[in-house]
Amino acid sequence: MRITCPLCGARDRREFTYYGASVYADRPAEGAAPEVWDDYLHLRDNPAGEITDLWYHELGCSAWIEVTRNTVTHAISATRLLADRATPTKKGARS
Amino acid sequence: MRYSGLSVLKEGLFGNKGWKPAWREPEPKAEYDVIIIGGGGHGLATAYYLAKNHGITNVAVLEKGYLGSGNVGRNTTIVRANYFLSGNSEFYSHSLKLWEGLELDLNYNVMHSQRGILNLFHSDGQRDAAARRGNAMVNQGDDAELLDREAVRRMVPYLDFEQTRFPIYGGLLHRRGGTARHDAVAWGFARGADMRGVDLIQNCEVTGIDIQDGRVRGVQTTRGPIRAKKVGIVAAGRSGQVAAMAGMRLPIESHVLQAFVTEGLKPVIDHVVTYGMGHFYISQSDKGGLVFGGDLDFYASYAARGNLPMLEHVMEAGMTLMPMIGKAKILRSWGGIVDMTPDGSPIIDRTDVGGLFVDCGWNYGGFKATPASGWCMAHLMATGEPHEVARRFRLDRFLTGHLLDEEGTGSQHNLH
Repeated sequence: MRITCPLCGARDRREFTYYGASVYADRPAEGAAPEVWDDYLHLRDNPAGEITDLWYHELGCSAWIEVTRNTVTHAISATRLLADRATPTKKGARS
Repeated sequence: MRYSGLSVLKEGLFGNKGWKPAWREPEPKAEYDVIIIGGGGHGLATAYYLAKNHGITNVAVLEKGYLGSGNVGRNTTIVRANYFLSGNSEFYSHSLKLWEGLELDLNYNVMHSQRGILNLFHSDGQRDAAARRGNAMVNQGDDAELLDREAVRRMVPYLDFEQTRFPIYGGLLHRRGGTARHDAVAWGFARGADMRGVDLIQNCEVTGIDIQDGRVRGVQTTRGPIRAKKVGIVAAGRSGQVAAMAGMRLPIESHVLQAFVTEGLKPVIDHVVTYGMGHFYISQSDKGGLVFGGDLDFYASYAARGNLPMLEHVMEAGMTLMPMIGKAKILRSWGGIVDMTPDGSPIIDRTDVGGLFVDCGWNYGGFKATPASGWCMAHLMATGEPHEVARRFRLDRFLTGHLLDEEGTGSQHNLH
């Protein structure tokens, strides 16, 4: 399996470390309720099909990459830098 | 029909014409007291113990493929009780005791072989950890012996003791650990459940869960709707999809775990041996194939096949540990879809929906848990209360912080 890093191009899967569904990047704000932390850390949609997940180009350029991938076929349809997506809303922040 | 030495002899003399199918193939009824979703090892064991221990026989096991077509037929067949944490250790201890009486209980040969499991260690720190784990196992009432390097050498002289990057310091030996014939475990439980009146319904995929006023009423399937008072989800890697039908999100990410088997060889590896410096474990099947496996591929997957990097890692680890296997030819490799939880421990619990229960989150280690998982899930579904040895396997422990993180690797699903 090869993953296209937006900065380095197509690279071997072994250069990347996997961090699960990309909700992992949406860290709750300080003081968020336990339910929000549980949702963020533990609960997963776990789809059989298309997923957006988070890979870290650890043995490459150190970029965080959001990969759109099929969990049944392993086909990768899109990759982009995590930095390029809209700033996520902090869930559960007590404002 | 009851199996015995005499029946084998008799059938052998008369051309094996008298054997009957081991279970019926019933049409689904309109309603059951209990429906188990998933006809794998754990689902079949749950149905068996519901009937045997609790007298609940109006039960259907719904399986979308054929019985035992999932992880119970895809694992590396290891049976052990060598856990450290309270919550896990009493459960696996109970499971091993059930294994020890399983063949008599089921009247079925599951080829349970207590050949011993040797967990190798390769540093002073690992030795300390092994000693601590061994003490926990002994305190639980199970067996553990700490072997030094020479004792390991006498037992398994074929390991590479001198030249590896990670020399062998010794091993923790669990003599009551071993292996069992995985398919036979599914078949034995299936036959035992069927004999007690449970309907095993194959090629019947659940497509919806009917919930009314906060209580489960039944399920929709590819073979029509079936009503039930209680429903248990025992669907391993597919638990997430089934639970979603009831509007639930589980603390589970499904991953692919690979295993490998070589061509049949003469007896050469007498125990289960695990490597402490790479994820590699090996045993030899009764057919002679070396059966071994390693880590997850580490990314979420529902493809029952893996990628080459993990295969390479497993082969490297195997060659480092026991170079003698280098000329054995790999016959097959395959993958199973395992349900990984954020603390590496399973879930056997009620849900917020009345009458709906879950048994999932078995990570790397569902096979050895099969009897106790069925035993405890049956207890929970019959009595409404968790069984004593499974009371820590709660669904809400992630919210409340009562995690059972055996390896201490933190809340990331693929690190357990």
